[in-house]
Amino acid sequence: MLTQENLNKIEELKKRYPDTKSLTIPVLHIAQEQYGWISEETMKEIAKLLNLPVNHVIGVATFYTMFNKKPVGKYHIQVCTNISCQLLGAEKISEYICKKLDIRVGGTTDDKMFTISEVECLGSCGTAPMMQVNDDYHENLTIEKIDKLLKELK
Amino acid sequence: MSDFPDKLLLPDIPNLHRIDVYEQHGGYAAIRKALAMTTDAVIDEVKKSNLKGRGGAGFPTGLKWTFMPKQTSKPKYLCANGDEGEPGTFKDRQIFELNPHQFIEGCLIASYAMGVRATYVYIRGEYVKWINILQHAIDEAYAKNYIGNKICGTNFSTDVYIVRGAGAYICGEESSLMNSIEGDRGYPRVKPPFPAQVGLWGCPTTINNIETLTNIPVIMNRGGDWYSKIGSSKHPGTLLYGISGHVNKPGVYELPTGVLLTDLIHKHAGGIHGGKKIKAVIPGGSSTMWLRGDELEGVRMDADSLKAAGTSIGTAGVIVMDEDTDVLKVLARITHFYHHESCGQCTPCREGCGWMEKILKRFMSVDGNIEDIDLLLNVANNIEGNTVCALGDAAAWPVQSVIKKFREEFEKRIGKIPAENKYIPPPHLVAKSG
Repeated sequence: MLTQENLNKIEELKKRYPDTKSLTIPVLHIAQEQYGWISEETMKEIAKLLNLPVNHVIGVATFYTMFNKKPVGKYHIQVCTNISCQLLGAEKISEYICKKLDIRVGGTTDDKMFTISEVECLGSCGTAPMMQVNDDYHENLTIEKIDKLLKELK
Repeated sequence: MSDFPDKLLLPDIPNLHRIDVYEQHGGYAAIRKALAMTTDAVIDEVKKSNLKGRGGAGFPTGLKWTFMPKQTSKPKYLCANGDEGEPGTFKDRQIFELNPHQFIEGCLIASYAMGVRATYVYIRGEYVKWINILQHAIDEAYAKNYIGNKICGTNFSTDVYIVRGAGAYICGEESSLMNSIEGDRGYPRVKPPFPAQVGLWGCPTTINNIETLTNIPVIMNRGGDWYSKIGSSKHPGTLLYGISGHVNKPGVYELPTGVLLTDLIHKHAGGIHGGKKIKAVIPGGSSTMWLRGDELEGVRMDADSLKAAGTSIGTAGVIVMDEDTDVLKVLARITHFYHHESCGQCTPCREGCGWMEKILKRFMSVDGNIEDIDLLLNVANNIEGNTVCALGDAAAWPVQSVIKKFREEFEKRIGKIPAENKYIPPPHLVAKSG
């Protein structure tokens, strides 16, 4: 169940829109912040809350890549592999992290600490290569920077 | 040229993101000036400036504003497009970070000119840091009554809200963006009707890019005539050039339109890594046609010059590749991107992008053959122009231009790679079995 605090947040957001359908994406964001991912149960809960067909919520949640349709680790590492990052060695960055954490792209470590994904352009082309860990951007990546970061996140 | 400060959008003023600093430097004078004018006079000033949209299509902003109906019983809306998903583009986040109030002021002037009830600023979902910075700036502006009820003591009321995207490139397309704000999948809409007639929730709506709106306060303060004399006459103003790839000093550079592409690369971005030669340049984000390294001389960064060179200004996101770059590998990556981001609504794009990716992967292995080059071109030609939105075109253009300009790279690949070097996906990409 969404917390009372989150329900209040949603009530507040309603004032910005002429209908409840427009709240689908904002509420999915709020739900993902609370649960870490969007389960089918969550989609049903949102549909009920906003008085929308469940299929609408499923359709939207599955369209947008930021909504995790399965659980992710405590830290979700998303390595950009699009052009500018690719030109500056994103492939090696991704490979190195996978090797270090002993997982494959799309996988989660056994201790549920890390999930790694390769993602499309994150708008950091001038500071490539880069990755996002949860909400934070880490730019101008080097192997040393990654080592330091992963150590801090342990 | 001393009359023209070189930076209109991102001036070097510390802490300009704070409202008190922004006000000290003449901030929010433009909206007061606009509010004292008629709405027609404000639109005329923008028309005079000849400002062109900065999101890629380059439509004249003043003209776009006149499409909004004057008499209507429905509320009118403005969408500020900060989806910024085009690979090679990273300019709007600089505005949010360094000069958010000038952007907000631009929204307010546009809202007044068009009689807009509320602005929805659509920002890509990953930009959490920049959403927070902008929200803080919006809160500051509400507290000082620049936004809200009866702003600056006039009878005009308007609101500004942020809408957070959720990771879909297609939502940078204006009609997808509106569907996304309405809580739907980001499917582009068929036009007509155009957004100015039937937009957000069926109401008249205008969509402008973040950078476009940030130019508006400058135009109000200094006048449209003054602005129209900066840079290239048919495409005036300054641009936020984002330069990335194999250059020594990548980043966002604010310069007048019409700078030489070679100056941008060598003078401003510090030249190429290790003094190497340039193999190719993408001048305006991943959707624009490529230029070969030997085609750059004399090309200027404005709409006309790049059009004459067979490409376009796009978002002014320049991607530079050095002589050692495997252009096919880069093209395969771009095509994978469009395949992944195709919304799936139109068959030519949904299927065609996948086919192009498949053919390109054949060239990455020994399986490519000579007929595949024309097959690839054929698929690209059949996507272009046959889809509801421009994503299909954007996927076709890089493929068409690389075949045209680097055909020998395809031919080199055929049968030349020994079987032992056959493409095998790296182990970290292969899913663990059982």
